[in-house]
Amino acid sequence: MTTNVSPQRLGTLLVALALLLAPLALTGQDYVLRVLTVGATYAIAVYGMNMILGLTGQLSLAHGGFFGIGVYLVGLLTTDYDWAFWPALLVAVVGTTVVGYVAGVVALRTREEYFAIFTMAMGFIIFLVISRWESVTHAHSGVSGVKYPESLGLLDFSDPMLMYYLVLLFLLGAGYVTYAVRRSGVGRTLIAIRTSEDLARSVGVNVGLNKQLAFAASSTFAGLGGGLFAAVQGFVGPSAASVDLTFEMLMFILVGGMGTVMGPVVGTFLVLFLFEFFQDFEAYRFIVVGPIIVALVIFAPRGIVGYLNAFAGHRRSRGPAGGNETGNRSENRVPDTTTEAKETL
Amino acid sequence: MTLFIQQLFDGLALGGVYCLAAIGLTLVFGVLRIPNLAHGTLYMLGAYVTYFFLVTVGVPYVAAIGLAAVVLAVIGVLLERLVFHPLRNAPHTHHMIAAVGAMFFFQAVAQALWGADFRRMESPISGNVTILGAQVSWQRIVIVVTAVLVLGLLTWFIKRSIHGQTIEAIEQDRTGSSLVGISPSRVSMLTFGLAAALATVAAGLVAPINLLSPTMGDALSLKVFAIIILGGLGSLPGAIVGGFTLALAEVMTSTYVSAAAGEGIAFVVIVIVLAIRPTGLFAKAVQR
Repeated sequence: MTTNVSPQRLGTLLVALALLLAPLALTGQDYVLRVLTVGATYAIAVYGMNMILGLTGQLSLAHGGFFGIGVYLVGLLTTDYDWAFWPALLVAVVGTTVVGYVAGVVALRTREEYFAIFTMAMGFIIFLVISRWESVTHAHSGVSGVKYPESLGLLDFSDPMLMYYLVLLFLLGAGYVTYAVRRSGVGRTLIAIRTSEDLARSVGVNVGLNKQLAFAASSTFAGLGGGLFAAVQGFVGPSAASVDLTFEMLMFILVGGMGTVMGPVVGTFLVLFLFEFFQDFEAYRFIVVGPIIVALVIFAPRGIVGYLNAFAGHRRSRGPAGGNETGNRSENRVPDTTTEAKETL
Repeated sequence: MTLFIQQLFDGLALGGVYCLAAIGLTLVFGVLRIPNLAHGTLYMLGAYVTYFFLVTVGVPYVAAIGLAAVVLAVIGVLLERLVFHPLRNAPHTHHMIAAVGAMFFFQAVAQALWGADFRRMESPISGNVTILGAQVSWQRIVIVVTAVLVLGLLTWFIKRSIHGQTIEAIEQDRTGSSLVGISPSRVSMLTFGLAAALATVAAGLVAPINLLSPTMGDALSLKVFAIIILGGLGSLPGAIVGGFTLALAEVMTSTYVSAAAGEGIAFVVIVIVLAIRPTGLFAKAVQR
């Protein structure tokens, strides 16, 4: 297999290597490492958004809210209730999945723009509860002193570098799940729903159930990312559940490429890098970032990874190795054969 | 009882504001079939531009609102041309994402020009009047009267004037309208301009009561969505009924239950209505 290095695999490998080796290059620069770790927790949640928006084509604007539920479950359980980190994380992941599933039962009765508005309202309700329920969530004073993960054997996660690798491991898991789903029949089912819900239903796809599962899975990732975020930050406030956060994640996935395996990672780190770069401008950065979002969605709706995939797929389909296709690759080529408007989402 | 009447007038004034803002949104939805998530920021910009004309330039109150409405109408048309027109054939999620981008941009611009701090806009209309024992400020009465006046004019415009009728024609049948020579492009621009101008009138009217801030449009944006869902996306009478209903519900809940409940009632309404009827209460048949 070593001779068969596709551009996609090479790219994935390069990104993975860069992420793996980053801490070694950044020794002594704890701030940058921290930004990377926080970015990785976001990226995990963005994988969730990729599942529901990128693969299934449903714009859920409650994602920041689910992230916030994960954040606050870990945050509150490890401080006010003095739980250990690991069980708290488990509760956060299971809890958000359950909340996501139940919310999905109602939310997925609606379609298209109604779904987006409905989930936005849900996200706002979650934010209101977290930012106003003083006696439980401490409202605007936030939660401080969230525990680090307890050490496993010799691994002590209060070391920023180990914490980074821990989050990276989860990120890898999220990426792998996305990859596996995309290659499986489930992934193709979801993409069929994305392309046309009515068509998918008419060929016998159980649209309701599949959307339901995708929505629950997306909130699982949000909860996992949120739980880790709480531990990395140590201090959390209501802004970790805000609707703005949903919009930021939307931008991450859009820049990276919706429905792709590497998109969430690439998009998240790239945009966070830009945010850090424009840091001095604080809120004014959106004067630049806002038009970038608009331009991207108009001129480059497939995102960076989406275009790279299409480019690689295009070259390969003409190259000598063209007959030796994996399922993943043939899927990447689908965009070339369908109309632009249909495939981009 | 006095408290109730007091709240009733507050609710009516708020309802007038909500109606004006919601009608623009529902018109845009009817014509372009997109939920314009940036509508709240147009409202916010409208408030700031009114503030600019009134305080910085120093023109009279009514003229300031009028000038701001014209400025915002231009911004609305530009928004349609630069953002939504290029996306007219794209999947519906793209519109919403682009609207979010526009929203961030407008907020950042407002913050850069006027700062993040709250600003107060003094109204030239002051004083109270006693109605049935309740003290009602003239500003609130002006809001209700203006809202009714503008709504009447708008209904006349859409039902009677040739340009207004094109809006309704496009809403009913896009292809058919194009066949008889109505340009969907021009109607889209008209609708966006109108929507932005209406939002500005709403913002200019309510600004003396509330404070101005770059994020003042966020909550309103969600509330007007609640309203048009309540009334059915694309329905004008629905937006009016929904606007007053939600405003009264909100004012009454914050008076008799709690302020936080009043703030959240709009979202609870959306969730309940959509849970029961996934296409809104008075939804018209959606063309696909």
